[in-house]
Amino acid sequence: MATPTRTTESGPALRRSAFRRSRGDGPFRFASTGAGVVLLAIMAAIGLFLVVKAVPALQANTSHFLTELTWQPNATKPVFGIGALAFGTVLSSLLALLIATPVAVGVALFISHYAPRRLASALGYVVDLLAAVPSVVYGLWGVTFLVPFMLGPSTFLNDYFGWIPLFSGESIVGKSMLTASLVLAIMILPIIAAISREVFLQAPKMQEEAALALGATRWEMIRTAVLPFGRPGVISAAMLGLGRAMGETIAVALIFPATFKISFQILGPYGNSIAANIANGFGEATEVGRGALIASGLVLFLITLLVNMAARFIIARRKEYARAAA
Amino acid sequence: MAKQIEVAGLDAYYGSHKAIEGISMTIEPRSVTAFIGPSGCGKSTFLRTLNRMHEVIPGARVEGKVRLEDQDLYGPEIDPVSVRRTIGMVFQRPNPFPTMSIYDNVAAGLRLNGRVSRSQLDGIVEDSLKGANLWNEVKDRLARPGAGLSGGQQQRLCIARAIAVRPQVLLMDEPCSALDPISTLAIEDLISKLKQDYTIVIVTHNMQQAARVSDRTAFFNLAAQGQPGKLVEMDETSKIFTNPAEKATEDYITGRFG
Ligand SMILES: Nc1ncnc2c1ncn2[C@@H]1O[C@H](COP(=O)(O)OP(=O)(O)OP(=O)(O)O)[C@@H](O)[C@H]1O
Ligand SMILES: [Mg+2]
Repeated sequence: MATPTRTTESGPALRRSAFRRSRGDGPFRFASTGAGVVLLAIMAAIGLFLVVKAVPALQANTSHFLTELTWQPNATKPVFGIGALAFGTVLSSLLALLIATPVAVGVALFISHYAPRRLASALGYVVDLLAAVPSVVYGLWGVTFLVPFMLGPSTFLNDYFGWIPLFSGESIVGKSMLTASLVLAIMILPIIAAISREVFLQAPKMQEEAALALGATRWEMIRTAVLPFGRPGVISAAMLGLGRAMGETIAVALIFPATFKISFQILGPYGNSIAANIANGFGEATEVGRGALIASGLVLFLITLLVNMAARFIIARRKEYARAAA
Repeated sequence: MAKQIEVAGLDAYYGSHKAIEGISMTIEPRSVTAFIGPSGCGKSTFLRTLNRMHEVIPGARVEGKVRLEDQDLYGPEIDPVSVRRTIGMVFQRPNPFPTMSIYDNVAAGLRLNGRVSRSQLDGIVEDSLKGANLWNEVKDRLARPGAGLSGGQQQRLCIARAIAVRPQVLLMDEPCSALDPISTLAIEDLISKLKQDYTIVIVTHNMQQAARVSDRTAFFNLAAQGQPGKLVEMDETSKIFTNPAEKATEDYITGRFG
């Protein structure tokens, strides 16, 4: 009868001494929780501020914000909508992604699996450097060099491939959706390449050797052992690039002809994006005009959020498969 | 199908470090040859020179001759990729392709060679899994990931993958060292069965295993740390384990040695 009482006595005592929180833990927990709370509060405040600014403008709008194409929030009867801007943002970013990803993956594979070691490290360094170049530099290069240069290739595409709707149209210009997408592609290429290279380098040597020992050529080895391993990493790199392309302001503001029209003719004088429109319009905007631009910024934020969530979803699904396999 | 391997005066380097030196031996067809020796004496290195896997390590190179019957494997006109198709390899740790199903793992090598019809492929996959004594355990779940099998099953899957391309020689680098005794016995049985069709070389740290499965045994040793490994002697397994010619061999197999 005595034994149980003794254990109940010693139990809590033991717990107190052995599992007491160590001394440094308290302040650290406090500081990290505090930092997290402050950060959330600041973000909520910014979001609230933006929404408060946007709402009056949206109320003053005489058209439907989500479907309207024109953008005249500064008029006495404000008419504006996100339609053409959102379209331009998504189309230019997708085109950029389509152009950049295959090239970036090729560059990454060359660095990780083909180039001799010296060359590989030099190239890797260059790619990292390019990823850090500010976007305005790409924008200026785009305006001064690429815009005039693209007139020739664009005319060629229109002449010989005009039957493809994307390349059709009457007037062909340098400041086109295609040129803007190219600048975006060149801008996001180094990021995608840098991340992909890191991922490819981590491909397990064991599986690479398994493929080689089966009589795989280097490319076959890459296809069986490296690419399947690297796919989730490449997807997240591409999504990161897509996010950067969609949010890009200066580079495309310099190139887009700033029209408010939905057109798939990527060689014609059409194109604009949410970010470019904000950069171009904020200076001369009225109160309502600013509110309208802020509202468009919130839409851009939502789009990038959706893209990121989609990317996470894709990666999580692949991870699940990998875990089931492990 | 099985062919003889003849090695003459072989040295292998990692950069400037000479890992093995002056190795000459004959490996008989349709038999099991075991490589034994202390850790670091170059057994794996030597094994990998036999199917030109050594050179995939940056800076690694080989000097000397390896002949498969009448072909010089290091001849100038020889494609290492085709050498590896002829001489298969099983690694110490089971390494099935994690994103592939059991079926696709076995078919992987054949698909590299291209143009095999689905029905042909089905047949070869079944034969290879049967050959690796794995068919009965996996025949109902060929579409499941290969990495979902137990370690011993994975190793047999890797053996099935290696024999699916019909090699003439099978090299195995400590194929049982990551496995439990039952899986080990399963693989040893398999080796005894496979030697009817293939030339088999197996590296092992397990003396009993070498004694059980092999017909001939080669003992490797190094004079000192940092020195290249050398072949001390090679003979019938029964002779090596009962009456070796060299003192060093006897010390090693009786355990009087590191
Ligand atoms: N990738 C490598 N790069 C450089 N040196 C290596 C490499 N692999 C092995 N070596 C060296 O080559 C020598 C022989 O190694 P090896 O792996 O062939 O020995 P082993 O007999 O297989 O040993 P174990 O029984 O431990 O597997 C060792 O000195 C080792 O340090
Ligand atoms: Mg070894």
